[in-house]
Amino acid sequence: MNGEGNSGPVFADPITADILLSVNGDERPITVDTRETLLDTLREHLDLIGAKKGCDHGQCGACTVLVDGRRVKSCLTLTVTVDDREITTVEGLAVDGALHPMQAAFVERDAFQCGYCTPGQLCSAVAMVREVADGWPSAVTADVSGPAALDDDEIRERMSGNLCRCGAYVNIVAAIKQVGS
Amino acid sequence: MRPFAYERATDVRSAVAACVAGTADGAGAVYLGGGTNLVDLMRLGVVSPGVLVDITRLPFDEIEETAGGGLLIGAGVRNSDLAAHPLVRRRYPMLAQSVVAGASGQIRNMATVGGNLLQRTRCSYFQDVSKPCNKRVPGSGCPARKGDHRNLAVIGQSEACVATHPSDMAVPLAALGAVVHIAGPGGSRQVPMPGFHRLPGDAPERDTVLEPGDLVTAVEVPPLPFATRSRYRKVRDRASFAFAVVSVAAALDLEDGMVRDCRIALGGVAHIPWRAERAESALRGSPATEAAFAQAAAEELAGTTPLPHNAFKVPLARNVVVRTLLDLVEAP
Ligand SMILES: Cc1cc2nc3c(=O)[nH]c(=O)nc-3n(C[C@H](O)[C@H](O)[C@H](O)COP(=O)(O)OP(=O)(O)OC[C@H]3O[C@@H](n4cnc5c(N)ncnc54)[C@H](O)[C@@H]3O)c2cc1C
Ligand code: SF4
Ligand code: FES
Ligand code: FES
Repeated sequence: MNGEGNSGPVFADPITADILLSVNGDERPITVDTRETLLDTLREHLDLIGAKKGCDHGQCGACTVLVDGRRVKSCLTLTVTVDDREITTVEGLAVDGALHPMQAAFVERDAFQCGYCTPGQLCSAVAMVREVADGWPSAVTADVSGPAALDDDEIRERMSGNLCRCGAYVNIVAAIKQVGS
Repeated sequence: MRPFAYERATDVRSAVAACVAGTADGAGAVYLGGGTNLVDLMRLGVVSPGVLVDITRLPFDEIEETAGGGLLIGAGVRNSDLAAHPLVRRRYPMLAQSVVAGASGQIRNMATVGGNLLQRTRCSYFQDVSKPCNKRVPGSGCPARKGDHRNLAVIGQSEACVATHPSDMAVPLAALGAVVHIAGPGGSRQVPMPGFHRLPGDAPERDTVLEPGDLVTAVEVPPLPFATRSRYRKVRDRASFAFAVVSVAAALDLEDGMVRDCRIALGGVAHIPWRAERAESALRGSPATEAAFAQAAAEELAGTTPLPHNAFKVPLARNVVVRTLLDLVEAP
């Protein structure tokens, strides 16, 4: 198949692209290596260190950000692909210094311990509540053709892409339920 | 990761041309969908393309009704949008269920229908460039056969490779006889499933019938009125966010307690989404009873050739087929 195997580096130099990146409402022109992921661009070049690198393989959700309002894993997103998209990181959830309701609920419900997974949980939860409002089904929705409620089972299933090594899950579910209902 | 050039395709013809051209020094080009599999494999060094042709801006991100009452699903449709589509949910519940049973919310927002069909095996040796693997490096050997193969194939595998195809979505598509639309350097063609994916044989490096430069543009799901009574059931090692150990997609057409028609396909058991044609023909015209379901499953699974650590998949598959069919009989 095309492009397979390790033929070794044929290009001596990295290949770069000049793009305009829109993050949390700010447009920033930057030059990126085509290999760079959005997670690395945010953390290493834009000083936005909210999104975390847990696994770098799409398995933990610590790097979750929103692209055009949808939650994605920034560790599997190449920066060069999102140049005219609207990116929101955890730093962009609060408005005018006031916590986003999801952030406030996480504080109130004690929905974290070390906090490493929290930025990803927050971005994921904000988008997930909207997915439910838009009527998207999940794997635990009994009738896939009908709407879903935001009960504990639905929240757990829909948040399964976000792991928490501290096991704060019970309070995370409570916080999301508080916001969603 | 090897440096690569990035090209954003704006129409099908230029996408195919860019993919065929590759690089001047002969390094290949590959299409980039959501990147959830490709970027990971590039980071692991399993694939090292010289050019990525981004196809996510091509105008094939729509789901349209076909004249006969089926659906034409653009290859760029994101997995979440496929599962959320009202007609998919109403007409083909097993298809919507299979998509939401896969990966996580974030990954489904990124993953495309084309990329999902073409995702590579999760065999651990394939993903580990320090190990031999016939699929990654043809002729280097298959350590899975004597090593870790608990999650690998029990039917249709070869001496060269015992990998499974990991897609959930492909299982109901195989059951439905979906047709893959392809645009290639030599023109367009259509390939019905399950014939799109290949058994490994002595060329496990080829997962599908695609030739270099071939672009999947759409997947057409034929009309199947009785698929409103269909279900996808997935068994995995944890409750969510895990690949299938075994899965079943089934649709039943019942009349007076008899099976008039049915569709059954299995996931997690083979190098391809496995259409259970023997079970289907055993069931047509038989009573819709547990005994008949068990008999049909046994006929299908008589052809299995499990390995020492995955023999459990055979009774598991039988039980999941029977349970899923019984659920469909009991469904309102
Ligand atoms: C942590 C994790 C868990 C997962 N769990 C599951 C699971 O439980 N069930 C499941 O089914 N899947 C699972 N997946 C896999 C996921 O479904 C696939 O990675 C995804 O569907 C691939 O789609 P993509 O658009 O991102 O493909 P890409 O990664 O962009 O591409 C995959 C391959 O397809 C090729 N390609 C893409 N589009 C086209 C096209 N139109 N024509 C020709 N070639 C094309 C690419 O060149 C590449 O070789 C999981 C993935 C991750 C990372
Ligand atoms: S089963 Fe296939 S993919 Fe796995 S090691 Fe063997 S050849 Fe490679
Ligand atoms: S760092 Fe992206 S999912 Fe773990
Ligand atoms: S709070 Fe520590 S990982 Fe979740």
